[in-house]
Amino acid sequence: MRDVVRHFGRFAALRGITADFAPGRLYVLLGENGAGKTTLLRVIAGLLEPSRGAVRVLGSENIRAVATRFGYMGHAPLLYDEMSAMENLEYFSALYGINDRARCQEAIRTVGLDPALERRVGQYSQGMRQRISLARAIVHGPELLFLDEPFSNVDLRSAKQMTTLLAAMRDQGTTIFVVTHQAALMEPVADESIVLDAGRLIAREWGIPSRLLTPYPAAEAAPHRPSADVGVSPQHPESARQDPSGTNREAQS
Amino acid sequence: MTSAPSLWAITRRTLAKDLRLEWRSKDAINSMLFFALLVVVIFSFGFDPTAEESRKIAGGLLWVAILFATVVALNQTWTRELRNQVLDAYRLSPAPPQALFLAKTLGNFIFVAILEVLMVPLFVVFYNLRSVGPVWQLGVVAVLATWALVVNGTFFAALSIRTRSREIMLPLILFPISIPALLAMVDATTSILTGDSSPIFWIRLLAVYDFVFTIVGLLLFEPVLNAE
Repeated sequence: MRDVVRHFGRFAALRGITADFAPGRLYVLLGENGAGKTTLLRVIAGLLEPSRGAVRVLGSENIRAVATRFGYMGHAPLLYDEMSAMENLEYFSALYGINDRARCQEAIRTVGLDPALERRVGQYSQGMRQRISLARAIVHGPELLFLDEPFSNVDLRSAKQMTTLLAAMRDQGTTIFVVTHQAALMEPVADESIVLDAGRLIAREWGIPSRLLTPYPAAEAAPHRPSADVGVSPQHPESARQDPSGTNREAQS
Repeated sequence: MTSAPSLWAITRRTLAKDLRLEWRSKDAINSMLFFALLVVVIFSFGFDPTAEESRKIAGGLLWVAILFATVVALNQTWTRELRNQVLDAYRLSPAPPQALFLAKTLGNFIFVAILEVLMVPLFVVFYNLRSVGPVWQLGVVAVLATWALVVNGTFFAALSIRTRSREIMLPLILFPISIPALLAMVDATTSILTGDSSPIFWIRLLAVYDFVFTIVGLLLFEPVLNAE
């Protein structure tokens, strides 16, 4: 993405974000409420048009052309309350040209639920809805996955199961973006953390540094903030760490 | 990897899903029926027409009642898609936006047709109606008029879906643009009921109206769906 700006009226939710993201990695987007994490995710997923700048996803600027290749899990579950989990998944997978009941059942099992459950989604707990929402996002086997607050209202055990699943997907080559305030949950599996503050990308770090494991303090981040409105490598020891490929990796801006 | 699904396959799936949701919630049908029933009963107490007068005003009363009831259903259809932001899931998918428009229009057509099937006998009883012209023509008018109401209504309901006062916005946009169709359906119905004149001109007008607005709806629906 190059110099991406997104305004809502006079409010700038994203202020000139430039970044490249390598495939097959698990990125964790961190920042305070209103930092622009969800907006950034929605812009990359094509749900919002940037006011300025360009976004290229999976090699295409036409995000619709690559719609079959990514999955999205939003704040809201994006499910019909009046239908069961299976009915929801069968409908949404059909939108991707998949008419395979077994695949839907497998997706539900993958998130730790029983596909035979006939209760309607509206009667599920919030945590179960989150898990079905994840199943909906992955049912078509996406190469790129966007998850916005996937652990909200999910119990710790289920959240850990979800992170294990995400790590397994990443290991199989899926690129994953996770917006979360629960950085500690992602700490064991995250490849890189991306920190936003007031619509700016202020830091990119390997893994999740311990100072980011508590709710992100904007005041602490300030010394790392670059002068330009671009995502640059902060002067943090973690950023000079060798990556698994053996190259000394700079944050990509 | 998956491939983009076909227009008709998604239309069928989405229509089936909408019918299933309506069967379970009965949101649209119940509110439409209640509203239309109120209009018919109140009108019947408000007037005391003779059989001849009834034939002259029945077309207008019937279609106005159905138009108002349709607006109720149209709002329900899209409100369902806003709950849990389900519409975003559709927008993110490779499914053609026109399939959503077609499925919603067909779904609304079925709901309004059910309403008509239930309301017309009541109308006949309350207003002591008997058709002078051929009854089969009433069937043709009903199909064309219902499509005219729902094809526009579905489109404009989608347009007003994100506005703050969409219940007010929809009639404000829909009614003026529906006037030619309303005129045609009322005059065609009155012509058939009274046998005074041929309804053919009005039927043709309805057919042209349906064709034009179906094409316009299909062409313009994608930007409407993705509007922020």
